[in-house]
Amino acid sequence: MEVSDLKVSFGGLSMSNPVMTASGTFGFGLEFAPYGDLSRLGGIVAKGISMKPREGNPMPRIAETPCGMLNAIGIQNPGVEAFVKQALPALKRQDVAVVANLYACDAEEFGELAGILSTEDGVAALEVNVSCPNVKEGGAAFGQDPAQIAKVTEAVKKRAGGKPVMLKLSPNVADIATCARAAVEGGADILSLINTLIGMGVDIRNRRPRLANVVGGLSGPAIKPVALRCVHQVCQAVDVPVIGIGGIASAEDALEFIMVGAHAVQVGTANFLRPDFAFTLAEDMAQLLTELCVERLEDFRGSLQLPL
Amino acid sequence: MALRNCRNVKVLDITPVGETQRPGEFFELRLERPDWDAWKPGQFVMIRPVDWPMDILWGRPFSICSGDSRSVTLFVQKVGRGTARLAELKKGDTVALWGPLGNSFAVEPDTPTLMLAGGIGIAPFRGYVEQHSHPENLKLFFAHRMPLGCYPHEGIAAVADVECMAEEKPEDLQAIIARMGELVNEYRDGLILCCGPTPFMKTAQRFALEAGARLYVSLENRMACGVGACLGCVCKDGEGHHVQVCTKGPIFRADNVEL
Ligand SMILES: Cc1cc2nc3c(=O)[nH]c(=O)nc-3n(C[C@H](O)[C@H](O)[C@H](O)COP(=O)(O)OP(=O)(O)OC[C@H]3O[C@@H](n4cnc5c(N)ncnc54)[C@H](O)[C@@H]3O)c2cc1C
Ligand SMILES: Cc1cc2nc3c(=O)[nH]c(=O)nc-3n(C[C@H](O)[C@H](O)[C@H](O)COP(=O)(O)O)c2cc1C
Ligand code: FES
Repeated sequence: MEVSDLKVSFGGLSMSNPVMTASGTFGFGLEFAPYGDLSRLGGIVAKGISMKPREGNPMPRIAETPCGMLNAIGIQNPGVEAFVKQALPALKRQDVAVVANLYACDAEEFGELAGILSTEDGVAALEVNVSCPNVKEGGAAFGQDPAQIAKVTEAVKKRAGGKPVMLKLSPNVADIATCARAAVEGGADILSLINTLIGMGVDIRNRRPRLANVVGGLSGPAIKPVALRCVHQVCQAVDVPVIGIGGIASAEDALEFIMVGAHAVQVGTANFLRPDFAFTLAEDMAQLLTELCVERLEDFRGSLQLPL
Repeated sequence: MALRNCRNVKVLDITPVGETQRPGEFFELRLERPDWDAWKPGQFVMIRPVDWPMDILWGRPFSICSGDSRSVTLFVQKVGRGTARLAELKKGDTVALWGPLGNSFAVEPDTPTLMLAGGIGIAPFRGYVEQHSHPENLKLFFAHRMPLGCYPHEGIAAVADVECMAEEKPEDLQAIIARMGELVNEYRDGLILCCGPTPFMKTAQRFALEAGARLYVSLENRMACGVGACLGCVCKDGEGHHVQVCTKGPIFRADNVEL
């Protein structure tokens, strides 16, 4: 099997292969251009953007954990205007699907962001990050309330101007399938999952938390089993295409997500193992599929055999 | 040839340096040089051995201490998990190396230049001295806790003026600070470069601001990606904005950074 056989097209998104890079771990993409040809990726999900520039959280913001890491960056970003004027024009020249990742704290603002990005032809799709604590509605993150998920998805879909809308699901919920159904009701074309798990680290020597924000998002190989379980449950619950995210650090990991039903994958923390990591993943997947005597990716997708 | 890249390179040799209570605390790591055009003193590389298991995910940043057409030399102090495991590398092992990263120290051959180094912060100055065309204009002030033989200071002493002060007893610290103040004053019209522990750099910053001296500091924030993407390494610039130490630094003007 060749990489060229890995073309995928689903939910209104077409890519040369199913390997994308996850939001917040790949900058706006160009940071990685010295280390590989961006067109070898299927897609790049840009770092989260908000209406206004954000300085993010105080330091320290990252901590290494066994087989993973904690982060509390706090969506530091230059704002949507700078994204459109500075990052996008440079990205457009690269032959790769660029997905914008939207961050807001209420449905109207999400709608506004979608409206601005809907007319940008360099944006292939919109991914919605619902991890902001919803202060107006009691402080729980949007992503934990199915009704809010539906409302936010609807607000984005309405203003997306026909661009595919991806809702990014949080694993920090009692029942992820219910959240997935809510997003589909709200009009999501694609679901991407998972975002980080809420975690914490402490230092017994100085008796301080390892992150200034005290709690942060856990990512990396440590979360892969949780991510795989979530993707499996969501693929069983809904019919819209799913993108698998969480701890992917090899072609075998990526194919595990495809086998439980994902159409594509996003690589996050593994980009920190070495900056050229994501560029060779599609080739490695093609080679591994050949070894497994699989001729088409579609044949492999969802081929998990469950006990009767 | 490239400006910067990520390559698998071999360990040429790994040599323990000096003697302390903790065996192998300091070592020199010489690696094959990737196909770069050039590197500048003050720049750094990230390294992660290719066969490290996933329990340590991130690479680790180290200043380029020295280098020639075929090799890159790093000088490492063992302080934790990652550096302890790097100390186990053997000749011939393969390491992913990305770089050269970050900005570099100002070089003004004809300006009297003072280098302030605290402990392992001496590493980038060996490269600085090696690449300087008028080392007679250079002076190194080196404050250290471990025996001098643990640090790459000999190469510097061979060509530049070097003044060392050991911090062995609590009262030594006061003497070091006082001497640093005098030197910063002496070089107020020259160029001053500083690399060391944060309290050391803060003291230098205070003296430089008082004296109106031109000081650059090199920060050693914790890093994950090294390429400006994760935003985990940021510091605050003079206007209070978060900027990446790995790409906007590691070297900042002392009057334009919060330490
Ligand atoms: C640009 C740059 C250049 C560097 N050059 C050199 C060099 O030439 N030689 C060298 O020996 N080291 C250098 N360092 C530091 C080196 O990268 C760290 O010592 C190393 O990453 C520590 O890894 P570890 O896993 O051994 O330590 P860890 O287990 O991660 O930490 C060990 C201990 O050190 C503390 N610590 C580690 N890093 C930091 C930090 N950034 N801020 C506060 N506390 C910290 C931890 O809290 C802990 O107590 C440089 C760092 C940077 C950013
Ligand atoms: C440093 C860092 C920053 C992140 N920033 C964002 C973000 O801005 N928006 C978002 O939707 N997800 C963000 N994420 C989550 C990742 O996109 C991804 O969902 C998560 O890390 C799990 O995948 P991984 O285990 O492959 O990293 C971030 C993750 C990390 C590690
Ligand atoms: S280490 Fe990732 S942005 Fe600097």
